Amino acid sequence: MIEVKNVTKSFDDGRTVLHDVSAKFYSGKTNLIIGQSGSGKTVLMKCIVGLMRPEQGEILYDGRDYLSMSPDQVKNLRKEIGMLFQGSALFDSETVLGNVMFPLLMFTDMTPAERKERAEFCLERVNLKGADHKYPAEISGGMQKRVAIARAIALNPKYLFCDEPNSGLDPKTSIVIDELLSDITHEYGMTTIINTHDMNSVLGIGENIVFINKGYRDWVGDKNKIFRTSNEALNEFVFATKLFQEVKDYIISHSGEHDGQ
Amino acid sequence: MFMRKVVSIPDRWRVFFTRTVTEISKLGVDSIPLVIVISLFIGAVITIQMKLNTTSPLMPAYSVGLATRDIVLLEFSNSILCLILAGKVGSNIASEIGTMRVTEQIDALEIMGVNSANYLVLPKVVGFILFMPVLVALCIGTSIAGGYLVALVTDIISVARYEYGIQAYFNEWYVWYGFIKSLFFAYIIATVSSYYGYYVKGGALQVGTASTNAVVSSSILILLMDVILTKILLQ
Repeated sequence: MIEVKNVTKSFDDGRTVLHDVSAKFYSGKTNLIIGQSGSGKTVLMKCIVGLMRPEQGEILYDGRDYLSMSPDQVKNLRKEIGMLFQGSALFDSETVLGNVMFPLLMFTDMTPAERKERAEFCLERVNLKGADHKYPAEISGGMQKRVAIARAIALNPKYLFCDEPNSGLDPKTSIVIDELLSDITHEYGMTTIINTHDMNSVLGIGENIVFINKGYRDWVGDKNKIFRTSNEALNEFVFATKLFQEVKDYIISHSGEHDGQ
Repeated sequence: MFMRKVVSIPDRWRVFFTRTVTEISKLGVDSIPLVIVISLFIGAVITIQMKLNTTSPLMPAYSVGLATRDIVLLEFSNSILCLILAGKVGSNIASEIGTMRVTEQIDALEIMGVNSANYLVLPKVVGFILFMPVLVALCIGTSIAGGYLVALVTDIISVARYEYGIQAYFNEWYVWYGFIKSLFFAYIIATVSSYYGYYVKGGALQVGTASTNAVVSSSILILLMDVILTKILLQ
């Protein structure tokens, strides 16, 4: 489990992006951070993974405070982390297989044959076959995301972070990626945190949802509770389209419940 | 701060050696055609210029070869060559690392626990410094050959006088002086360009700007260092 306690982050221009944010992200669940563009959700994720340092607060990885760790401890912790970036962030100079083998090359004593076997297993796990020797520029955006997921899980991480995994993908591929992330999370019992504003993801795989609004943690719940929330900002954000509003009305009218949280 | 991250013990020595060999190929070996073409023509032009501008009957004919050799050894094969390489290699390094920065590839390395500055920059610095003497030697040889070709195919100077000139009053220290300077210049090109690429913020436009700034800064530092090293090594 990852626990964020009272995290505050400001930029150099004095603008405070995160105000005293606290949240829990559970193991074996798909944890979603949602919010409008510019709400601070990407900054929160960057603070959690260590790409930004908050001014105050605690970030606990299974009780270990990340912010008070020594550089060596941070280095060891990062071997337990896998991350899927918004633009996939695959290494252009490496093939698909080379990208997935990279963390194995850097952090294990596997032989080349063992590395190849493990990388092929990971690629198979994300349903990607026949692209081993292609370069990232030669494959589609959806395939790049899958390669990035395969690379992220190559070292069997305990924590998986995904920054807008569906950006730039068509709805069908987005669902495939969401299901893949959800399956992997349950299969390996990882603590997965997904940063998204894709409503299909929220309503499809959101087992623990943290809503960030203007830098504050405004709401916490799951995909079922979100339909019955009275939080105005969350309602405006999630049910902004007519289609989602109709879905909400349908679910509420058929469940007979109103205003859960 | 940046150099402290760069100059640290590599996470994996085997990976470091592999990457260094790759960088030698990419930054050094791939520069050979450019070095040969430029050196050949500049060597020929220096020879022609020396002949056309030293018309005094008091100047011995072999002085054309002698002057060509000394210009090549003292300045062209190191300072001018490195200014040219600052354009080719410097922009290559800055744009490669800069693109990795804006496409989050460097963040990906950091998240994995890899010292990205050490992993990306150190092999470039070591590889380029190691291969620089080869480029300098190649430049010297090709420039002298360029002058020789002028003597061979034109009648502005005889081959015998050119050959005598390039051997006359030879000071071996000039060769070492050129090699020593080139090592400093190689270090400047690799580190300054890497720095500009590593700290890019923004997108493609900023990568281009960083690439330009890397070339300009490297060139100025090379010229500055040229003055300092000349003062130290030749006096």
